[in-house]
Amino acid sequence: MSFLAELWRFMRVRKKFWLVPILIMMVLFGGLIVMTKGSAIAPFIYTVF
Amino acid sequence: MRILGLSAFYHDSAAALIEDGRVVAAAQEERFSRKKHDAGFPRHAIAYCLEEAGVSLGDVDHVAFYDKPFLKFERLLETYLAFAPRGFRSFSMAIPVWLKEKLFQKQHLKDELKAWAADYDWSNRLLFAEHHQSHAASAFFPSPFEEAVVLTMDGVGEWATTSVGVGRGSTLEMIKEIHFPHSLGLLYSAFTYYTGFKVNSGEYKVMGLAPYGEPTYAQTILDHLIDLKPDGSFRLNLDYFNYCTGLTMTNRRFDDLFGGPPRKAEDRLTQREMDLAASIQAVIEEAVLRMTRALAAETGAKNLCLAGGVALNCVANGKVLRDGAFDALWVQPAAGDAGGALGAALSAYHGFHGRPRQLNGALDAMAGSYLGPTYAQPDIERRLSEAGAQFRVVDDDALIAETADALVEGKAVGWFQGRMEFGPRALGARSILGDPRSPTMQKVLNLKVKYRESFRPFAPSVLREDVADWFELDGDSPYMLLVADVCHERRREMTASEQALFGIDKLNVPRSEVPAVTHVDYSARIQTVHRETNPRYHALLSAFKAKTGCPLLVNTSFNVRGEPIVCTPEDAFRCFMGTEIEVLAVGNCILRKEDQDENLRRDYKDAFELD
Repeated sequence: MSFLAELWRFMRVRKKFWLVPILIMMVLFGGLIVMTKGSAIAPFIYTVF
Repeated sequence: MRILGLSAFYHDSAAALIEDGRVVAAAQEERFSRKKHDAGFPRHAIAYCLEEAGVSLGDVDHVAFYDKPFLKFERLLETYLAFAPRGFRSFSMAIPVWLKEKLFQKQHLKDELKAWAADYDWSNRLLFAEHHQSHAASAFFPSPFEEAVVLTMDGVGEWATTSVGVGRGSTLEMIKEIHFPHSLGLLYSAFTYYTGFKVNSGEYKVMGLAPYGEPTYAQTILDHLIDLKPDGSFRLNLDYFNYCTGLTMTNRRFDDLFGGPPRKAEDRLTQREMDLAASIQAVIEEAVLRMTRALAAETGAKNLCLAGGVALNCVANGKVLRDGAFDALWVQPAAGDAGGALGAALSAYHGFHGRPRQLNGALDAMAGSYLGPTYAQPDIERRLSEAGAQFRVVDDDALIAETADALVEGKAVGWFQGRMEFGPRALGARSILGDPRSPTMQKVLNLKVKYRESFRPFAPSVLREDVADWFELDGDSPYMLLVADVCHERRREMTASEQALFGIDKLNVPRSEVPAVTHVDYSARIQTVHRETNPRYHALLSAFKAKTGCPLLVNTSFNVRGEPIVCTPEDAFRCFMGTEIEVLAVGNCILRKEDQDENLRRDYKDAFELD
């Protein structure tokens, strides 16, 4: 819960509420990838990500 | 007030502890875990910092982390959105990592820290500094300057890739930034990738390769890849890069522009790679010089502080100093992400708490960067005995005399003394030393001791009081972050036929009185050694000078290619037994290779993944 509260405060401060629908889509989409793959592999250009 | 700074989860994890603004301890996790560029939670480094200060985590007032995960995630989402539907593959690999781990870094940090203090009250005690704020704080607060302009440049933090701050007393105000994807660090890394080296660790090799080439592609880079403005601000042409959406740094258009695909890692190096390295080095130097000139004119400041990965480009740093736009330059020795741990802690102390800063005269607050673990003599003897080492214990004078004699005889000497360095350079605490006058020393060290590419140059340590007699530099360079030329009177000009030689053959031509530390363009990456910060190493250089008239030694890090620099006496003994190092001085113990048990020799060359 504290994570969601912090995320909410972050978006309010940054005026990034327009990211919310994208975030929800990505969470669903990403969740799907996590479930289908089982493990997450970091991309090798870790400077960027 | 005690503050523990942390950097972790990307590369070069580290911990740093400050006590009332004084740096007590700082170390990188890789030195303990023995995994190069270890990105894991720095539990060993934290344990060391707490032990050094003689406190527990419950005695620490704040833990400060060196970047802001939400801001980074915001950049990630907006980048994917800007390029969609391109980048799906990268997205599908990156997002699960974020959703599973990285987005919950605060909780992750809390969970990890609970191992030290289960009942620790975390509300208001865990702080986060922005990535470039951490770099800037690490550059300004430990510097010897009351006022300075602070320039930080790296690949990318959250959004910022380049930022400028103004430091006055105990305040540091960030005044402008250049944002991702426009990045000098990523531009340099693109060429690191394209010339066949590993991104994030091979940048040194590109810098070392540059003097062998001509900057024949520099204009092509300026015409197509980067729009460089007179004030040094810039934009990259993303048509040629793949890092926003793909799993490589460059794309096919980049290949077409430079006439072929990227070099494969262990393919032979050709003149083309050397020319590419020389070209990107020239462009980066031009960008940095334009920036520093503009900042000097804009602010009227006399002092400049640098940090961020690009500040490890000591060739560019040397040019900034010689350019004269600023009177004085100070570069944070741990300019990469490890230094962010220290910066985050200092930022919390001076920024968040507004505590005053104590200047230390002309000296900086890094104590020579000797901020890591040290081992008492009885502990060294016990550890070496348990490792099966044969050694003699000698007094201080005999240690210096015997080591200097071994160096004069042309031997490669392992030198393990006092507190370990913080930052990527070995500065005479965990070093392999050699005679710089020997024309074969460079080849021997590269091929038999370090097992690394033959083209790579070595750096000299020189007594501070003698630096101007040997190099075109008359100032401090205690952290090996400035490059300057060997004095004309010490040089030997190359003949036309020698000029035409390639790689190690060119390096084998003596170019000065100290060929082992003179690069093919007569430059050298200089470390000035100061009695105040490293008296034992200063004494060794003085003894070598007394015997030879030469106040210099070859100083390379105590490791082999791909291995983190040694941390403990056992690490040093293992490296000694796996390489052609002939003499090892650990504290007051002297070890000679011929005295050791042959059965303890090991194949060290392939023990580490290549960097």
